[in-house]
Amino acid sequence: MKRLMSGNSAIGEAAVLAGCTCYFGYPITPQNELPEYLAKRLAEVPGGVFIQAESELSAINMVLGASVAGARAMTSSSSPGISLKQEGISFLAAQELPAVIVNMMRGGPGMGNISPAQSDYFQATRGGGHGDYRTIVLAPASVQELADMTARAFDLADTYRTPVMILGDGMLGQMMEPVTFPSKKKERQLAHADYVLSGAAGRPSRRIRSLILDPKEEEEHNWKLFRKYQRIEQLEVRHETFLLDDAVMAVIAYGTAARIARGAIKRLREEGLKIGMIRPISLWPFPVKIIQQTARHIHDFFVFEMSTGQMLEDVKLALEGSGYIHFYGRPGGVVPTPVELSRIISRHYHQSQKRKK
Amino acid sequence: MKKVYTRPKSLKDAPFHYCPGCGHSIIHRLIAEVIDEMELQEKAICVPPAGCAVLAYDYIDVDMVEAPHGRGAAVATGIKRVRPENLVFSYQGDGDLAAIGTAETFHAANRGELITIFFVNNAVYGMTGGQMAPTTLLGQKTTTSPAGRNAARDGHPIKVCEVLAVLGGSAYLERVAVNQPAAIKAAKKAIARAFQHQLKKTGFSLVEILSPCPTNWKMSPVESCTWIDEVMSREFPLGVIKDSKC
Amino acid sequence: MGYTLANAAMLEDKYVTYLPSYGAEVRGGTANCTVAVSEEEIASPVASEPDFVVTMNQPSFLKFQSILQSGGLILVNSSMVNVSTARGDIEVVEVPTSELAEQLGNIRVANMVMLGAFIKVSNLVSLQLMLKNLPEILGEGKSKMIKLNREALDLGFNYLKEQT
Ligand SMILES: Cc1ncc(C[n+]2csc(CCOP(=O)(O)OP(=O)(O)O)c2C)c(N)n1
Ligand code: SF4
Repeated sequence: MKRLMSGNSAIGEAAVLAGCTCYFGYPITPQNELPEYLAKRLAEVPGGVFIQAESELSAINMVLGASVAGARAMTSSSSPGISLKQEGISFLAAQELPAVIVNMMRGGPGMGNISPAQSDYFQATRGGGHGDYRTIVLAPASVQELADMTARAFDLADTYRTPVMILGDGMLGQMMEPVTFPSKKKERQLAHADYVLSGAAGRPSRRIRSLILDPKEEEEHNWKLFRKYQRIEQLEVRHETFLLDDAVMAVIAYGTAARIARGAIKRLREEGLKIGMIRPISLWPFPVKIIQQTARHIHDFFVFEMSTGQMLEDVKLALEGSGYIHFYGRPGGVVPTPVELSRIISRHYHQSQKRKK
Repeated sequence: MKKVYTRPKSLKDAPFHYCPGCGHSIIHRLIAEVIDEMELQEKAICVPPAGCAVLAYDYIDVDMVEAPHGRGAAVATGIKRVRPENLVFSYQGDGDLAAIGTAETFHAANRGELITIFFVNNAVYGMTGGQMAPTTLLGQKTTTSPAGRNAARDGHPIKVCEVLAVLGGSAYLERVAVNQPAAIKAAKKAIARAFQHQLKKTGFSLVEILSPCPTNWKMSPVESCTWIDEVMSREFPLGVIKDSKC
Repeated sequence: MGYTLANAAMLEDKYVTYLPSYGAEVRGGTANCTVAVSEEEIASPVASEPDFVVTMNQPSFLKFQSILQSGGLILVNSSMVNVSTARGDIEVVEVPTSELAEQLGNIRVANMVMLGAFIKVSNLVSLQLMLKNLPEILGEGKSKMIKLNREALDLGFNYLKEQT
């Protein structure tokens, strides 16, 4: 059955249906509908735990505790709060504990504002906290995809025993679209539960730690994590393409920006401009291959982000100097309309067509 | 021949890395003894701190997960809420609990989380080399208060038990010491009492343990023990601060 | 009003997005929302140049008439809005929403009166289906209000029917 729901609430329902029993968070706009939804919903779930923590620091560490105790646990926040969670995320990565973290980004830096933005891309995809680690980052672009990706995030977190981040923004969180959920609750399938602390009954005691004083041992731990990240890079890349076949210019955008770009491209197509799009769904691992394949027949790439250019760097890395990159960024919480964006794209398109002649 | 003294089952057969005369070794042993006596080894989950006791998992033989510096109470909360049938406790120093982790501790106590905290008050930051702690006494010299702690600049020593006592969720708060045999016996009783409170679900429990740090106090172990009696326990009086019906 | 429309469109199996204005904007000032309804997947939830604009008060009228596409239609609550400054290239439809709502004895259904009028001019959803689905759309909490809301929708719809 379809339900008209806000993105934030849809994440909450999807989490519960994915077997999440624990939520810990601290209020911050624009993601409050998520904890509010779960405060009610988790009360109906056997063993459901909802705590409004005293801070984001505390919330992420409650997630750590619930995760090591064997539960599916999540937290959510928006940009400033996610900064506070970084220490905990680093610990989750180091201790190899599954967890799902939602960031509904807002304008920054500092307190910034509460409008939709995409300025935490670096923080999310580069690890964010200290140490040599990566976080899987998923960037849905619709309410349905938010729900689907939430379920997927919990599975990925279990499979790789690693924190997974869902990166959205205030617009995705608060807009409403019809969404359908799986009709049945999924049972969690934990392949290796040998990390779960339940009391040392009938087995030796376990210790989950990240303090590894011997540099050689710590180095081996880092390489072990690295090998895991390599596997993720091979297996877990997700992207979508739109009207790419006959295109001479490819827009690259994710999340809300991709929605705006899609609207712009539709308009430009009506005017006869041959433009398509690559939409990264996983931001880490980044869809490098499709960009490289596209570069074999398309010269012009147009990166659009609601920031001053962060994903832009990943596109540059993927292209390794080939092709030509155009860029349009709107930081600070500004969301351009499709018409505005289409004018910019159109100008770049015509300039590069002229250059080619 | 009758054995009168042996290593508790819950204590691993490993030599302590702590300095000679350090209170941590004694406290570890007491906790292990109580866990054995109350038959809690298979139920216990411990959260060690960032601090000298970070390696507690090399000694106490129960399930352990290390918390980031100061976040022990939050991690323990997460575990206990998922596994209410387990015995969950954290072990924290004064920097860990009363400086960087004040908020986590305060709110876990206020929510009445059914966890136990062993709060080791040695009036300094041990692990990082003897800096001033929130519990450092006025006038006490540390590496970051070389002329002695000055209230106008550094504030006052924090009495954690007294502060937590006014919160509705705290059920059991006692301050003990491990500087002489009678005190050690009382400390062991307090540890057991705290676990009883947790098992009976009366609320949050915390035992503050005045513990010698000869290395950073720049005293001999014996002087350190005397200093606890003569100076430290004047500021931090021993005894039960709160004990709800259990 | 936007949420009700979006819900009705969803129940007719149309693609739909509902984008509320939010945060600080909601606390005082003019509130607004954007609804996109389509037979095909909706690209952008942000509308560059909407086909329709509905305004309930003067500040909203002044702010939002400018984004309407040329030749588009603007519905105004003429009990509250003076349309003398309207753009020349758009069609203005006036509905004395507040007064009509008062006829029903409840000024709070002015939104529903306007929605009825909007359905008449836009044809985006069917009034019949909306009346039928109203309990589902409004949810359990408002079951007592169903009759009144139905009357309000009808009143707005018929007001424009009589005008044309
Ligand atoms: C975020 C963070 N800041 C600082 C440190 C460094 N650090 C480790 S232990 C410690 C304080 C230890 O003092 P205390 O809690 O009193 O325990 P003790 O060593 O005296 O037993 C500090 C500051 C850290 N590990 N993490
Ligand atoms: S520094 Fe102090 S607290 Fe740390 S082990 Fe040595 S004596 Fe114990």
